[in-house]
Amino acid sequence: MSSELGVVLYFAVLNSGGLDNVGAVSTEVKRRLQEINVEDGVIRRVSIICFEAEMNLASYADRGGHLKVEVKPDRVEIFVEDDGPGIEDVEQAMTPGYSTAPLWIRELGFGAGLGLPNMEEKSDIFHIESEVGKGTRIHSVVFRRRDAA
Amino acid sequence: MKLREVAELLEAQFLNLEDEGDREIESACAADLLSDILAIKGGPALTVTSNVAPQVVRVAEVMGIPAILYVRGKRPAEEKVVDWATGNGIVLLSTPIPTFEACGRLYLKGIRCSEGKYL
Repeated sequence: MSSELGVVLYFAVLNSGGLDNVGAVSTEVKRRLQEINVEDGVIRRVSIICFEAEMNLASYADRGGHLKVEVKPDRVEIFVEDDGPGIEDVEQAMTPGYSTAPLWIRELGFGAGLGLPNMEEKSDIFHIESEVGKGTRIHSVVFRRRDAA
Repeated sequence: MKLREVAELLEAQFLNLEDEGDREIESACAADLLSDILAIKGGPALTVTSNVAPQVVRVAEVMGIPAILYVRGKRPAEEKVVDWATGNGIVLLSTPIPTFEACGRLYLKGIRCSEGKYL
């Protein structure tokens, strides 16, 4: 990709009331990034961050949310927004193992309280803002020059 | 180690893509919680699991996992899950052996943890 302006991808993540479609957007992001020759290690990290985001939207945000992926020459930026219930204590939600997931999600092997920490771990820069009753916004940056798997 | 050799070592059956038996595996990981699979660090690796939920295959695609080994003779209940894996080039194997023994046999043959720091 040679354009200095980069590529912007927008996705609506629907909440279909189940987890059957979780991963559909992340796999599409992965394909699109492969098409424009983003580095493999970067694609892997971005895809995992998107998957965790999709998982959260499908599990908690009644009306789903939006995912924006901006590919720039030096970085990939991911923006996740929803108008779901919000997170009461963000710091607590960032603690590995802390989870409010319902039983049906845990029975599938999700909801172990590792989602947000994993998003932060896979990001070079990670910000989360949330307000109860309003929704949650996440901004994640993965630098392209770091050749990490 | 080739997937064909993995299958032989673990008395495993290919559920799809048997012609990919020459695919090389250097490292592996084992996890049942999808959250744990998603949190695995390091490069693509053989993933040993007892979780046959369709979402495991989705996660494998997102993470670029080349092959999944189901333990205790398990396999996805729906054929469409196997088809999805096939369409995305993910090899599915099923062994009657439990996780500990399967990992032990792989380790003895030189397969190491995909999260390199334990090497």
